[in-house]
Amino acid sequence: MYRLESAFQNKPIFMPYFPLGYPDLEISIDVIEALAQNGADLIEVGLSFSDPLADGPVIQQATQVALEKGITVKKSLEAVKELRKRGVTIPLILMGYYNPMLAYGLEKFIHDAREAGADGFIVPDLPLEEAEEFQSINGDMPLIQMLAPTSPDERMEAIARTAKGFIYLVSVTGVTGERREVSNDLGDLISRVRAHTSVPVCVGFGIGTPEQAKQVGQLADGVIVGSACVKMIGGSQKPVETAKQFAAEFRSALSNHG
Amino acid sequence: MSTTLLPHKFGPYGGQFVPETLMPALIELEREFVLARNDPAFNAEFDKLMASFVGRPTPLTYAKRLSEKLGGAQIYLKREDLAHTGAHKINNALGQALLVKRMGKKRIVAETGAGQHGVASATAAALLGLECVVYMGSVDIARQEPNVFRMKLLGAEVRPVESGTKTLKDAINEAIRDWVTNVRDTHYLLGSALGPHPYPTIVREFQSVIGREAREQMLMDAGRLPDTVIACVGGGSNAIGVFSGFVNDEAVELIGVEAGGSGISSGKHAARFGDATKARVGVIHGTQTYVLQDEDGQIAETHSVSAGLDYAAVGPEHAMLRDNERAFYTSATDEEALNAFHTLCHTEGIIPALESSHAIAEVIKRAPKMKKDQVILVNLSGRGDKDLNTVIKELGNGE
Repeated sequence: MYRLESAFQNKPIFMPYFPLGYPDLEISIDVIEALAQNGADLIEVGLSFSDPLADGPVIQQATQVALEKGITVKKSLEAVKELRKRGVTIPLILMGYYNPMLAYGLEKFIHDAREAGADGFIVPDLPLEEAEEFQSINGDMPLIQMLAPTSPDERMEAIARTAKGFIYLVSVTGVTGERREVSNDLGDLISRVRAHTSVPVCVGFGIGTPEQAKQVGQLADGVIVGSACVKMIGGSQKPVETAKQFAAEFRSALSNHG
Repeated sequence: MSTTLLPHKFGPYGGQFVPETLMPALIELEREFVLARNDPAFNAEFDKLMASFVGRPTPLTYAKRLSEKLGGAQIYLKREDLAHTGAHKINNALGQALLVKRMGKKRIVAETGAGQHGVASATAAALLGLECVVYMGSVDIARQEPNVFRMKLLGAEVRPVESGTKTLKDAINEAIRDWVTNVRDTHYLLGSALGPHPYPTIVREFQSVIGREAREQMLMDAGRLPDTVIACVGGGSNAIGVFSGFVNDEAVELIGVEAGGSGISSGKHAARFGDATKARVGVIHGTQTYVLQDEDGQIAETHSVSAGLDYAAVGPEHAMLRDNERAFYTSATDEEALNAFHTLCHTEGIIPALESSHAIAEVIKRAPKMKKDQVILVNLSGRGDKDLNTVIKELGNGE
């Protein structure tokens, strides 16, 4: 877990999400490489699923395109390997739904993910109650636990106490996608989580602009940007150039918050 | 971690595979359901609505001419088509809507395939003064137009779903997305015996009225239990409702009928138990069960002439009943279901829903091979008025 821990040396960290295979496999690898070389501290690498029920329209549409272009779990893992070959050293967390992992074979999936060079997993439809099997075989590659504004204190405590890597704090109730404003209650929410754990707390869902990232960065250990990243880069004629710019802007907004 | 109050799995199936945001709502729902079920006042209110609003008990009809025509077993129909709104869906919709009132929530979201659950939810919402939004795939909207209009008349908002395959599975995705966004004041009124715990249990409990009544009526009218109980299985709520009345009667054979679509070998169907090449245990919409999917774990497109059976997964309790060999599952093709539809119209003066016609199709295959002193009970889960457009179109294609 060398890579994951070292990512949090300069907080708050910038953590973009991008799905492999969108707008096609080659470009997505180039984009993720560009994000990594231009300011991302950690990247959520998206695996596509036909029924992404925690995602809003932007990520739904992007992952749908990726599937239509033929992305698979196997190709996604090969892409991670390729990114390592190209010299990407920051942590790469695989973000995907449970069913494709089960279909691949859970043990084989975790094994191959490790071989490919992934550092951990985010599985939005695998709450702590159902994670036992996964957590019996993932070893030192953490299954990142999610917390939500609706999580009551006793749940927060139970989840935070065993959390490894970092906590993914969902800032608003809802699906992924940009929101106009950062929730007023975010500070309180983060404090509630911190009361139970010393692992870093990263905030995602609804953060779309460098200004919002800066605001959240003043409260959290990391800022996760998904839909805005996918929309900006996916809609660009020069996706790799856009990715460089995007990462640099967010990185700079997060670095200048003193 | 907190453990559930009720068993959250059926053998290896079921569970709660949902985003963390929804876990507290599921925990609250389960707690409220357990309290309500043990509350005589809640049960009295439910029973009263079942009698005075839904028209329960629904009759048991001896299908004399169909039995004679098939020349074998005696056939009885449990007439859920005569329940208010025309299908069994109202039992669960009213039960959950009463829970919503208890929880103090003001808004419900529901998914619908054939539109029967949407109509039932809109009805329950109108009766109890709740706001109601129904998600429905645009493909289903086109083939179940009368029900769309019914829902609107009842004051519900029908939101067309354009994502994915634009059918039931995508409607469920959208309903869950709405729920996860508005979970603090919104209840997801799930219409079938699927989804995360406690839904499969709640839906079965509210639908078990079918099985309780049918068992009593069989003893009263036929003087005996049926040899075989047959029901169609989409998610599986009408089937689990009627099965629950007989599951402890070991001599009673339980048969579920899935949608065979254009035939299993065509690949265009919704037979989760019938197609070993495409169906594997997986996780969809919060539950672990048999799921039609491709090699990469992407949920497969399904096909059925009946929107209500056109779904890639089956309720987790059915998966367990099948593994235990307590129930057996087969399928009927679109063509067999349409033929059964016409047969029941002609022989009994009953226009069945295309979903229920799948169960009738199995009766037509099975009854002639049985003895005249044997008895089949079939759950006629809904009436077919909503399907007239589809049937007219299919007749046109056949000419």
